[in-house]
Amino acid sequence: MDAKEKQVLVTLLATILTLVLYSMYIYNMYISSDPAIINSFRFWGNAFIILIPVAIVAQIIVQIIFAIINRIVTNEDIPTKDDERDRLIELKTIRISHWIFITGFTLAMGSQSMGMQPWVMFVTLFSSGFISSIVSEISRFLYYRRGF
Amino acid sequence: MSKCHINNTIRVLRFHNGEMTQQELADRTGVTRQTIVAIEQGKYSPSLELAFRIARAFNTPLGEVFTYKDDGKSQ
Repeated sequence: MDAKEKQVLVTLLATILTLVLYSMYIYNMYISSDPAIINSFRFWGNAFIILIPVAIVAQIIVQIIFAIINRIVTNEDIPTKDDERDRLIELKTIRISHWIFITGFTLAMGSQSMGMQPWVMFVTLFSSGFISSIVSEISRFLYYRRGF
Repeated sequence: MSKCHINNTIRVLRFHNGEMTQQELADRTGVTRQTIVAIEQGKYSPSLELAFRIARAFNTPLGEVFTYKDDGKSQ
């Protein structure tokens, strides 16, 4: 397994950990004490806005730790530049994740057109974002494994 | 539609060029070593530009590095 493949796996694990821990934090801190808050637009707005910097910082920290450990163990650096193959794989994975997220977005809007409560829309949006990230990293890993 | 393959002689050419390493070839052509590995193993077909850069790195015509092999009759 080369460094790029390992890096994708680390990104995948970091994504799962970040989103699971963040969801647990949100649930324990806010939803468990006040279940009615799940229909508050302000609550969901804050939850989404705070998630963005948290996810970015978590990824940066995990990638730095991985780069240090990888350097110590294998004595090789992770390639920092992207070539044509990396860009093609990136395009393919972005296309997959976009389709998944668009499907989730459509379902979320559909829930509102059917008169469901607002929390259904936000949970669907959050879930589709989470699933699209996971599938994106898994497909990236598979593309690197098979060459393209 | 027939199945198509692009074969290459990169491994042989590296040997004939003083056992050039994959990393050296990657540096000369401006890609990562992993991409050279994927091309050499036939897992990835390079762009025309990269194919020319690889041929130039070996100072060889493109046709001696890459060959097109068609398994069936194309329509």
